Amino acid sequence: MNQENQCPPQTNPFKPEPARIVRTYYLTEDVKFFQVRIADMEKALSFRYKPGQFAMISVLGAGEAPFSISSTPSRPGLLEFCIRKAGVVTDALFRLKENHLIGIRGPYGNGFPIQNMKNHNVLIIMGGIGAAPLRSVLLNCLDNRDQFQKVTLLHGAKRPAEMIFRDEFFDIKDREDLECHLSVDQDDTGEWSENIGVVTTLFPKMEKIDPQQTYALVCGPPVMYKFVLQELLKLKIPRDQILMTLERRMKCGVGKCGHCAIDYIYTCLDGPVFTYWDVLHMRELI
Amino acid sequence: MRIVKLKQKNLNPFLEVISENTELWAPVRKYTDRHVFAQVEDVSQIDVDYTRTILPPRKIFLPPSFNMFTATEKEYKENFSHATKKILFGIHPCDIHGLLIMDQFFNYVFEDPYYTQARNNTLLLGHSCWPDEHCFCKSTRTHIIEEGYDLFFHRLSEDYLVWIGSSKGDDLIRLMPDCFEEKLSDEDIQFYIRLREQRNEAFQTEVNFTAMPDLMELKYNHPLWEKIGTACLACGSCTNVCPTCNCYNVMDHPQLKERGSLIHRDWDTCTLQSYSEVAGGENFREKRSDRLKLWYTHKIQAYISKYGKPGCVGCGRCIATCPVDINVKTVSQALDGKDVDAFWNRLNKGEIK
Repeated sequence: MNQENQCPPQTNPFKPEPARIVRTYYLTEDVKFFQVRIADMEKALSFRYKPGQFAMISVLGAGEAPFSISSTPSRPGLLEFCIRKAGVVTDALFRLKENHLIGIRGPYGNGFPIQNMKNHNVLIIMGGIGAAPLRSVLLNCLDNRDQFQKVTLLHGAKRPAEMIFRDEFFDIKDREDLECHLSVDQDDTGEWSENIGVVTTLFPKMEKIDPQQTYALVCGPPVMYKFVLQELLKLKIPRDQILMTLERRMKCGVGKCGHCAIDYIYTCLDGPVFTYWDVLHMRELI
Repeated sequence: MRIVKLKQKNLNPFLEVISENTELWAPVRKYTDRHVFAQVEDVSQIDVDYTRTILPPRKIFLPPSFNMFTATEKEYKENFSHATKKILFGIHPCDIHGLLIMDQFFNYVFEDPYYTQARNNTLLLGHSCWPDEHCFCKSTRTHIIEEGYDLFFHRLSEDYLVWIGSSKGDDLIRLMPDCFEEKLSDEDIQFYIRLREQRNEAFQTEVNFTAMPDLMELKYNHPLWEKIGTACLACGSCTNVCPTCNCYNVMDHPQLKERGSLIHRDWDTCTLQSYSEVAGGENFREKRSDRLKLWYTHKIQAYISKYGKPGCVGCGRCIATCPVDINVKTVSQALDGKDVDAFWNRLNKGEIK
């Protein structure tokens, strides 16, 4: 019985890394942009992730929650998040100013299958806050433009003022290597120059693409999925090439706390990116 | 495996010696007829004549609420104070199997240091048992245990046959070598074999798990779930007493004076409504039947697919605990199309609304 007390393991997957808020500003009335750098420079640069993965962010005194990473791994060093005010943790986050410390750990989840998507068309359809995870994959495609065939972006918001990353998307809209259509459900400003209507009204405006050679990436509010999926099936995009990223409550991100369990799988380990086939196949996904 | 013999009267002196510098946890009587695993100061408190404890032994490895971190803005200081050196004596085969399932779970993809450290610091000393009307570990094939323990005590009439399962277990034996006999008589062996046969005959409850993954799939939208959901009180007792339930919540408790927080990890329950809520109040499992389906999918379908055996060890705790008789036995019998006299008949007669 002279067993030594065991040393704590080298890495504790639950231990957040201190990170500093570099920039933060409002994107819309209830969505804020956060640019964050892990305080330890070496760790900041070695934080490798894939588009579609997420990180756990903690605010001391409020708690911890999962957030999609909105920045692209092709621009290392800084992490960006696009966060909607929705609960205790986000309320606390919104009160924090630049230079404040938060906790961060990750990246977690499967992310988008970028390797498989190479040499294919990439069709990105985002609605509202769905821009948060899809901006990562969009910027990644644009930064590695020669690795992909046609890149198309369809982005819908309720009103012009609610369009997340509006300025950024207007900036890239005129790129020749990107087909970009923006739409709002209603224009209450009278100054909206783009399409008016739900995001599905953008489909007829799209140039024809070879569906077998296309990956479609969808993220948005629950109501959007039904109609967008119908359009994608009409285009004859295979169901296992339609990718969606899902939201669940999580307390750990590493498959232990159980909150994100669906059937056999844990959203944090096996997701959050699922194919439409997975969604049809598994219950309760959306 | 090395097997030695210990006189029953020498058990307590042995436990006293080996726990001199270590916490000793063992079954003790609580109220009049219940038992719990508790830390014992005096070995005379130990009562090995128990069938099942109220809570499974996982509470020793991951307490219902413990502090993960003492945090300030600059640093999250890890706290492993629950993972002290322990000897857990008197654990039954089903509960050891439960821990083996937890071992797999908490090491899957990521290692959970809070669990593994507590686990590595604890020696398991098993004890043989006798089934009551709720035990069905024979159905889950967890009524015997061949691995996972350091020592296992099989009670005979006046002696114990002590199976030595690990080198650390052997070290314990060496602390009192004179108490243990190396030589087993033919009588001892015969007695042990007969006892085992009699024990196999003594099981009164049987659950057929073979068809459960298929039945969960085929009857996922069956109206029986609505009935079970209506009867369920969503109290969470089944998950708290289950040896293979792992869910937890993390709470940040601000400490104003220290300008920091205590990050606590508390047991959570998938049968509670708030469990599957996401940001903005959306809930993927609003109905009690949906949440029960999640639990049973996990126990009798998903675990079988993932680890090759159910996430149930037949300990009978859910049967003994659920106030409205919803448990692995009644639910699997209902799925199997069998008439279940307990709550199922009452449900059919409309007595439970």
